[in-house]
Amino acid sequence: MSADVKLEDVWIRFGSFEAAKDVNIHIQEGEFFSFLGPSGCGKTTLLRAVSGFLEPSEGKVLIGGQDMAGIGPNKRPTALIFQNLALFPLMKVWENIAFPLEVRGVGKAERRKRADELLELIALPDQGDKMVNELSGGQKQRVAIARALAAEPDVLLLDEPLSALDLKLRQHMRTELRAIQQRVGITFIYITHDQGEALTMSDHVAVMSQGVIEQVADGNTIYDSPQTAFVASFVGENNHFQGKVTAADGDMVTVETPSGVLRGRNIERDGKPQLAAGDQALVFIRPESLRFVDGEKKRDNVLEATVERQEFEGNFWQVFLQVKDCPRVVSLSMVNDGSSVGHDVGAQVKIGCDAAHAVALPVGQMAAE
Amino acid sequence: MTSDRIRKFFVLFFVCGFFLYLFGPLIIMGLTAFNSSAFPRVAPWECFTVEWFDVLSNDTRLLTGLRNSFLIGFGVVLFAVPLGLAGALMLTQVRERVRPWYYTIVISPILVPGVVLGISTLLFWDRIGVMFGASRDSLFYNGFFLTIIGQSTFIAAYTMLVFISRLQRFDSAQEEAALDLGATHVQTFRKILLPFLKPAIASAAVLAFLASFENYNTTVFTAISTSTLTTVLASKVRYGIDPSISALAVSIVVLTVLGAAIHEVFKRREEAEARQAGLVAAGVMERKSTQKQWFLEPALIMILLVFIAGLGTAFFAGTMGVEECKVAVREQKRIETQKRIEELQQRQQAERAAQQAAEEARRVERSQRTGTENFNSIFSSDNLQPQAGDTAPATPQSERAGTENFNSIFDTQNLQQQSGQQEEAPARTGTENFNSIFDTQNLQQQSGQSEGQSGGQSGQ
Ligand SMILES: Nc1ncnc2c1ncn2[C@@H]1O[C@H](COP(=O)(O)OP(=O)(O)OP(=O)(O)O)[C@@H](O)[C@H]1O
Ligand SMILES: [Mg+2]
Repeated sequence: MSADVKLEDVWIRFGSFEAAKDVNIHIQEGEFFSFLGPSGCGKTTLLRAVSGFLEPSEGKVLIGGQDMAGIGPNKRPTALIFQNLALFPLMKVWENIAFPLEVRGVGKAERRKRADELLELIALPDQGDKMVNELSGGQKQRVAIARALAAEPDVLLLDEPLSALDLKLRQHMRTELRAIQQRVGITFIYITHDQGEALTMSDHVAVMSQGVIEQVADGNTIYDSPQTAFVASFVGENNHFQGKVTAADGDMVTVETPSGVLRGRNIERDGKPQLAAGDQALVFIRPESLRFVDGEKKRDNVLEATVERQEFEGNFWQVFLQVKDCPRVVSLSMVNDGSSVGHDVGAQVKIGCDAAHAVALPVGQMAAE
Repeated sequence: MTSDRIRKFFVLFFVCGFFLYLFGPLIIMGLTAFNSSAFPRVAPWECFTVEWFDVLSNDTRLLTGLRNSFLIGFGVVLFAVPLGLAGALMLTQVRERVRPWYYTIVISPILVPGVVLGISTLLFWDRIGVMFGASRDSLFYNGFFLTIIGQSTFIAAYTMLVFISRLQRFDSAQEEAALDLGATHVQTFRKILLPFLKPAIASAAVLAFLASFENYNTTVFTAISTSTLTTVLASKVRYGIDPSISALAVSIVVLTVLGAAIHEVFKRREEAEARQAGLVAAGVMERKSTQKQWFLEPALIMILLVFIAGLGTAFFAGTMGVEECKVAVREQKRIETQKRIEELQQRQQAERAAQQAAEEARRVERSQRTGTENFNSIFSSDNLQPQAGDTAPATPQSERAGTENFNSIFDTQNLQQQSGQQEEAPARTGTENFNSIFDTQNLQQQSGQSEGQSGGQSGQ
């Protein structure tokens, strides 16, 4: 079984503090959906509203089309995997996993059998008789997932379950989680402040900032066509230049900045282009879209710059440049193809990109550096 | 260098002094339990004996009190532990702002003097009893009920503190996880919170029991006609104590130490297991699948062996040759007193001789003068002599009647009797002789009585 989750005009307030502001999201059944946002933006709060630990101050939570108002967490078809896992340390691994069955009055033999099946699923066979504190971090992680699955939820909620793991294990668990989700086929709602995680695993990502949903889209769209300045600056690296829109034609705009005239895509929101001539705008250009401009090849956007610093990062070079009349350091990255960057520190260079790779957005709140 | 040594010396001195201060009274008391002297004391040491344990086991009043104390203790555990747990859980539920107030209120019984709690319990339930028109033998006037209720008022606060400190380490996410996985609130409490609190429940129960067991201030009011160990002890102190009280104390100390040692062994073992679990998790070590049986624990076996050996030795040494030793001590005392008496008599004789000589001289002088009645001689040794002579040969003291020798309170004969009595007093039961301890008549009677008793004992 699987179910869709719908948040309709949800507001959550703690006193005068608004932790969620007018959230409208429809999560399809069987999809892997992520909430991505900086710490304290209200991700856990939203998840608790879905799992039933708190009631929204306003608006509705629907699971499988049913309004969840007044239904407690033990009655909802959801299972939550906590930020700190919350395994039961006094129980054996298999007892942890079988706990949802135990409280339903399932007999011991049946419980044990189901626990063993789930241990098989999470690739931890024969570990059922260990105590929880005898497991490694990644194993605990998987036990928490198995325990949640034992409850046979329609929706599995995961609150940054990988945040405590080291990088290697985290990458491994990402693929594992995705595989488990495809095997069991239930809706996963996943919370993270790690964009890599969100982009690699999810069918859809909701980017949040200060209780507001900034954009809901698949990973590619989030990365290539961010709809707000916050999404553009929060997801991935980005350089930005502020200026004034001089012309808006079709889906492109021309923005005059102190560093030069830049053209970029006028990203639509709710079906409407966001910028018109005369607006203040921010032009975002990703480091990997920027190139050194050598005489012959023509680029839409060209900027004059001085090489300030170069960093070798293995598979690519990171070059930091000082652009004329731009207060911030601009970064450019190029694939390491065996040759050097080709420019010394202090060299006067020209950099640029095509208009299709530049994104123009209304001025708005930016992610903290 | 030298200052360092001086400092070390002072630290050592202080530590020794501190431990002496802590354990000195306990050690002295422990020793008195094994001294055959009738009064709890270490010096002079007479005979090593375990007879006080025997006396203790025959003291029905004390044993009844002990039994009642146990019953009340268990009652308090059953009542105060759930109450404390409820109070502690409540603390986690009330709102942040109310919490300090709530805490202050529920903790306040600890700050109220026990006497006040006792009196108010008594008055309160009396009022309730009157309200219901209950009879005097109803629950509201039952010493057990009132004592359990009265003690629990403050003991529940103790247990609550134990639970609070444990609950502070509880990860409430576990509760939420259980709920989220479909458990009801009751199931969550039973399967998650209660197992977590188990160690705290055990400590709270022990604490509650001990606090109840040793309580006097409240109990003395609420017990009414029921006697507990503490009230019996208190009345004993008023009417005269013997070393069986020390024997009781030694028993309690030994049991406590034994219990603590066993607890420690189990705790160490648990810690070792936890450490092992950590190592297993880290992949350092293979998990030992064989679970050790608790009775195979070497430390536990050691403790039990030492305990049994100590018990055996004490009883062997305490019963072997005690009678001989006591007879010897008595004999020695008698000899000593005899010697003292003889010395005194000799001195008296010498004085008398000197007086007689002087008298003789005076008489000679007087006879030379006109013979008048000799009134002055009323206090002369001549008069005293027949009296001393009268008492000295009266060996079977019991034959002597009541008050006749009241004036001879400091007579050597009496001293002798007293020493004899002191030695025999333990055989006597009860408290009857403390208020009258300085009554010579009593002393004599009792000594005669105990003499008879000891004679009977040796005859058996
Ligand atoms: N019970 C509460 N009372 C008051 N404020 C709260 C409460 N719970 C959360 N908040 C506030 O709501 C905001 C969002 O909290 P939330 O836990 O949802 O953040 P989050 O996005 O999950 O952050 P993180 O990534 O650090 O877990 C925070 O500013 C937090 O201080
Ligand atoms: Mg969170």
